[in-house]
Amino acid sequence: MGIIKKIKRNFALTFKRIFKRGKIRRIGIYGPPNAGKTTLANRIVRDFTGDAIGSVSDIPHETRRAHRREGVTITSNGSAITLDIVDTPGLATKIDFQDFMAKGLSEDESRRRAKEATEGVIEAVRWLDDLEGIILVMDATEDPFTQVNVTVIGNMEARKLPLLIAANKIDLEESAPSHIKSAFPQHPMVPISALTGDNIDLLYEQIAEHFG
Amino acid sequence: MDLISKEKLSRLTTVEKVRMILDGVEKGKIIVLESGLSPSEESRLIEATMAKISPGEFAGIEIESYPGDMRQSWVDKLLKKPTIRPRLTVIGPADQLKTLKRDSDVISALVSAR
Repeated sequence: MGIIKKIKRNFALTFKRIFKRGKIRRIGIYGPPNAGKTTLANRIVRDFTGDAIGSVSDIPHETRRAHRREGVTITSNGSAITLDIVDTPGLATKIDFQDFMAKGLSEDESRRRAKEATEGVIEAVRWLDDLEGIILVMDATEDPFTQVNVTVIGNMEARKLPLLIAANKIDLEESAPSHIKSAFPQHPMVPISALTGDNIDLLYEQIAEHFG
Repeated sequence: MDLISKEKLSRLTTVEKVRMILDGVEKGKIIVLESGLSPSEESRLIEATMAKISPGEFAGIEIESYPGDMRQSWVDKLLKKPTIRPRLTVIGPADQLKTLKRDSDVISALVSAR
């Protein structure tokens, strides 16, 4: 494509973006298994609609299908933003049924869960193309440099879409959200506990600012 | 272990890269890519890996790569060219390659035989 054509296309995209303001944005909640994605999705949806979006468990890959909740209006500091929230299955590069057996599931149940989990990861990857922003949930007690985090951030940066990092589980003593901030300093990060609600109002402020 | 040069990678399409990586990893090889994969290629690789996982036979892959290089020239900025330059990446079978420690410039990994 010629330079003039590229510049023209970029002007057209910018023009389109300006006039798309006010449209309901589709935001995905992403992250590795057991980072607290569904706990956060439930908190957001419960705070603004009184409902929940999915079940949670200590066993990884509890969410094995994406769940979309349409038209959730988040209000913060007098401003409001309406989003479609998509809670996605945990992203992973490996799934071993024996890990589920170690958590106490039967072999049959573990094999079935592993199969469904692989389908869930594929679904989560495919949703990436249909989103206009992402809340990336990281477990603040774990090393932030995982391949899943690097891949999700890389995809959002390549497509120039807004990304907000939720450094979850700050209610745990061993959490270190500062490690996440220093690992990915180019993106806004809010330390939260989706479980206890710590700092959740700050997250809503950032959602309104970054996805509005 | 297969070490794949930047030149070879630049000649392959996404589908060819993913197939080459997964064929090698399924045979128990560690694949080292000099210039790595783009974020969308990493997504395609994760997708294809999930389709190949079979309980008791293939548990998936381990990928080690650094966050992409974000440097961008003024021409790139004007043309809004992709800013991410993939960096060296190591991929292996999940039961043979284990990440010990990783930061923005150093990866420590343990490779074991089957």
